[in-house]
Order: sequence, then C-alpha cells, then structure tokens
Amino acid sequence: MVIGERKPFDEIMKMLEGVKKIAVLGCGGCVTVCLTGGQDEVRVLSSQLRMARDKEGNPIEIIEKTLERQCDPEYVELAEGMASDVEVILSMACGAGVQFMAERYKDVPIYPALNTTFVGGSKKEGYYVERCQTCGECKLYFTGGICPIARCSKSLLNGPCGGSTKGKCEIDPEVDCAWQLILDRLKSLNQMDRYTDIMPINDWRTNRDGGPRKMIREDFQR
Amino acid sequence: MPEFEPIVVAFCCHYCAYGAADLAGSMRLEYPTNIRIIRLPCTGKVTPIFLLRAFEKGADGVYVAGCLEGDCHFIQGNLVAKPRVNYTKKLIQEVGLEPERLEMFNMSAAMGPRFAEVAREFVERIKQLGPSPLNKKFHIQSDAA
Repeated sequence: MVIGERKPFDEIMKMLEGVKKIAVLGCGGCVTVCLTGGQDEVRVLSSQLRMARDKEGNPIEIIEKTLERQCDPEYVELAEGMASDVEVILSMACGAGVQFMAERYKDVPIYPALNTTFVGGSKKEGYYVERCQTCGECKLYFTGGICPIARCSKSLLNGPCGGSTKGKCEIDPEVDCAWQLILDRLKSLNQMDRYTDIMPINDWRTNRDGGPRKMIREDFQR
Repeated sequence: MPEFEPIVVAFCCHYCAYGAADLAGSMRLEYPTNIRIIRLPCTGKVTPIFLLRAFEKGADGVYVAGCLEGDCHFIQGNLVAKPRVNYTKKLIQEVGLEPERLEMFNMSAAMGPRFAEVAREFVERIKQLGPSPLNKKFHIQSDAA
C-alpha cells in the first residue's frame, strides 16, 4: 500500500490562513489502512483544526467526509455537492488522490494534509516499512523475494558493499543489509546460482527517469 | 471574576474505576463535583477522538481511568488505551492546550479511596492550569462579571 504521514499541524494551519469553510476529505484506501487519512483521522484533524481556530477566536466550519478512494473517478465524483460549498478541500489522501481531486474540481483549491512517503506494508499495527520503489522492473525472482532497489541503501544490484557489517547497513545499525538478507535467503532456498550470476546494469527508463508512467489494460478500453 | 470551577470529564472503565467511584460513594468519601463520569465497557474503547471531543466541547481536563496494569477484564484494553492517551497529549499540545490537561490513571474496583484521591488531585491540577481557552461557558461568565 501507499504509506503517508500527516503533515505537521502548523503547516496545515498555515495553508488554511484566512479560510472560513473547508472540507476535510479522507480516503478509504491505503491511507485508511496505514492510519493516516481515513475516517478516524479526518475526525481527529477536523477536531484539532476547530479547536485551534476557536482558540484564536477565528472559527472555521468543517465538513467531514471520507470517499471510498480518491484515486478513482467514480468515487471522486461523489464529492461534487460538497466541493461547490467550501473554499478549500483539505485532502487526506496520498499525492495521487489529491491530484485526482484537483483534476476533477477545477474551481476549488485542493490542499494536501499528508506527505506521501513510500510503498510498503505493516510489520505490525501502526508500524510501516518500505518494500517497493516502483522501479518498473521487478527483480525479486533473482533475489529471493527481497528487493535490492528498495531495501539496499545504495540500490546495488550486485551486493553487498563494504559497508555491510554483521548483517547491518553502514547508514544505521538498525537497518538490515538487504544483500545479507538476500544471501541468507538464497542459501536457504538452495538458489545460490542466482547470486553468482552478475546482474546487468539497470534500465532506469522504466523507473521515474522515463517520465510519468501509465498502465493500460486494452480489454477495458472502449 | 467568578471562582474557576473546572469541568473534568472522566472516562471510567466499567470493571474498575466506575466500580471504584461507586465504592467511593458507598464509603461516603468526598470528591469534587467537577467530575463528569462517562462509563466505558473498557478503556480499550478510548480513541483519540473521544478525548478531543471532550476538549472541543469545553472540558478543562480529561482523564481516563482503567484497571491496574495486568488486571484488565479484557486482558489488555488498558494497555491499548495508555499509548492512545499519550498520543492524544501530543495532539492537544499541537492545538495549544497543555498536555497536563489529559491523564491516564489505573485503579481497581476496590480502590474507592484512590478514586476520590485521583479526582481531588486532578481537579486541583486543572485549577492550577486555569480554564481551557475552549471553555466558552467560563469565558462568557467572566466577561459578564
């Protein structure tokens, strides 16, 4: 899932300076699962904003709503009545959701309440880790299901480097060396031949370096 | 200016603090009338929005009272509540309220005197802090006076 983190409260307050009526719009997708932009978080942020503004003697009116997903036109459509009724929409979706909203509702500013941080998963409740860098050329077949692009600090394709000590990375003693993990896993799977093959230089055009990407399922095109 | 009598909302677990409050009553112990008790099935039910809503509606202080650690009727509800209360302290601090306005206490149903003591101490703490800037009732009264 896409992991997001809420922006600092002061930054959000600054974005809303002089605004009297807003909508705080949650997203029922990834950011609900990672506990940063779902219905509960919409309520919490709205309550904080109301209190902070009441305290200043400058109250703010807030409509609280959560869409099923903000990255899908059929759900984005459901905010129509509300969008014309407010000065600003504060979106608690990831960057994709904010942009889908902005593309659909051209007359109302859409501000982000989150910083979209990475693609990952939950190790346990409320603890999220990065696992994918969406490079567009998956290498997990060769590396025992551990991604050297996302998890090696240098994104090395033929590691480990000299900074690997006792299974940890030189950037932080708490960060696992991805290549040590890959080695251990390939050994246990009896697939060390994949380690001895040298991986060729990566084609980064499938990554962001090739410009914005798209994916089209032809059988769904009408 | 009228004397400041804080409004304190106490979220009390049915199996401990609520029983302790009952016991404090049976024992005819005195504790301040500033406390408004809300009974919960377990403090594990508490989420940040419960506590924020209380502050938003003008409470000067809020506390959560759950079972002694290790003694939760639902095994670990009080251990779920503890980090949530700590997290909510940060949330109210962002808004500009003192984090000391929010606290979590642990007690058993047999601790009637402790319930009364916690109530007295907490109300005293809130009196020291003064009224919450969101306590409209107090501010309207003091403006009129």
